[in-house]
Amino acid sequence: MAVLKDATALVGIGQTPFAKQLPETERALACRAILAALDDAGIAPDEVDALASYTMEETDEVEVAKALGLGDLTFFSKVGYGGGGSCATVAHLAAAIATGQATVGVAWRSRKRGSGPRPWKNTTVQLPTPAQWTRPYGLLRPADEIAMLARRHMHEYGTTRDHLFNVALACRNRANQNPAAIMYDRPLTREMYMNSRWISEPLCLFDNCLETDGALACVLVSAERARDCRRAPVYVHSAAQGLPAQHHGMVNYWNDDPLTGPAWTAARHLWKHADLTPDDIDVAQIYDAFTALIPLSLEGYGFCGRGEGGAFTEGGALEIGGRLPLNTSGGGLSEAYVHGFNLITEGVRQLRGTSTAQVPGAASCLVTAGEGVPTSALLLRS
Amino acid sequence: MLTPVVDVDGAPFWEYAARGELRVQACADCGELRFPPRPCCPHCRSFATEWRRVSGRGRVWSYVLPHPPLLPDYAEQAPYNVVLVELADAPRIRLVGNLVSEPDARLDSVPVERIRIGARVQVVFTSTGLPQWVLERP
Repeated sequence: MAVLKDATALVGIGQTPFAKQLPETERALACRAILAALDDAGIAPDEVDALASYTMEETDEVEVAKALGLGDLTFFSKVGYGGGGSCATVAHLAAAIATGQATVGVAWRSRKRGSGPRPWKNTTVQLPTPAQWTRPYGLLRPADEIAMLARRHMHEYGTTRDHLFNVALACRNRANQNPAAIMYDRPLTREMYMNSRWISEPLCLFDNCLETDGALACVLVSAERARDCRRAPVYVHSAAQGLPAQHHGMVNYWNDDPLTGPAWTAARHLWKHADLTPDDIDVAQIYDAFTALIPLSLEGYGFCGRGEGGAFTEGGALEIGGRLPLNTSGGGLSEAYVHGFNLITEGVRQLRGTSTAQVPGAASCLVTAGEGVPTSALLLRS
Repeated sequence: MLTPVVDVDGAPFWEYAARGELRVQACADCGELRFPPRPCCPHCRSFATEWRRVSGRGRVWSYVLPHPPLLPDYAEQAPYNVVLVELADAPRIRLVGNLVSEPDARLDSVPVERIRIGARVQVVFTSTGLPQWVLERP
């Protein structure tokens, strides 16, 4: 891992508008985001020789390379398990570049989840494992699966709906500062949260991420090359994937200890190879498909002790000026839900000093991918 | 309603359930129970398996109450409960199910206020062979 530490840097980010419905195809949106990221980096498309995305990304490398006039690709990679793949796309590119398999890497995610079909609309088409053990009973949607862990966390540790509201509010407050966020002009109050409709008790409407159309991309090069790019480099200080020995996807119920998820595994590796500790982190972009994932992740990544994730959110800890400013673009809950890729680009903006909710002097940022599925994480530093 | 889409490893579970028996896969060599069923024992890597009958008693480990939007058959019964039951004989084996008033009752047949984590439950089987759960002290 010493090979990877600060060996590569993110030098370009790009995105399309975010909306409930965009007219263009996922393919066109992907192309726009990638071109924007390359332009941000000041790197020509024909210099790109590595691509990485999610297995759930439906725009494949051949289409992207052909449409954009990329160079000969010598590395391409796709990461499984949905939102767990976001940070791993960058990690794979970092490994490829640090070991000389490629020189300019682009990672991207394009998605029309706002206007397109939702997976649970067609749950009659079931994968055999684990659906046979859950779907017939009406455990149908990701929200239902995570609510089960949330209820147990509340029971075991005294986590409350107010703690989950603290998460939703921090994300919304930051979105209210970000003109690109879908919820930019829509403030959230405790009354709105507590009176909103249930989705799967104990999770309500505001505990769930947005459904969004949009695409994002970022460009990674070696630290050496990064010095000549248009923007200040944001170094990949440490990177990790995590798939615990007993993990079972969204329904981690068959783990001996279901409340310790993939974050715990990724975190061990991430910190082991870093010069930083959780105390050194200035700002965090933590995967927030559901508010309840934040307490689990805060515990897993070591910002607090086991069972203390709910209490950690008290006293404005997740707000600007708090102990750990969270999801400063609004995150999946209030900016856009594009499988967590917006958390990576926001991490870059924070370390460039260009966020719409800038943490003064931010020099280190934790970015995480989906907790509750095999996951990944990045430690970024300026 | 959705019915289980069974795979090769899971098939014995459902065959026993159709006969009114709750059985869990176990390693025929080292004896470790495992769930969901899989071809190989993660403890001793044996491929020899057996299906061990369990008492059918358990406790509610957690539960959720889904509300629409849901598939139509489920929306019609919502909000209903989905429980995660920890087996009394094998606490690390947890089965997803519903807490119902009796076999084949609606998914919302037990009042929400009766559901709590830790409640003792007993397995029952629907006419289609789906394991469900009733409160030990209704």
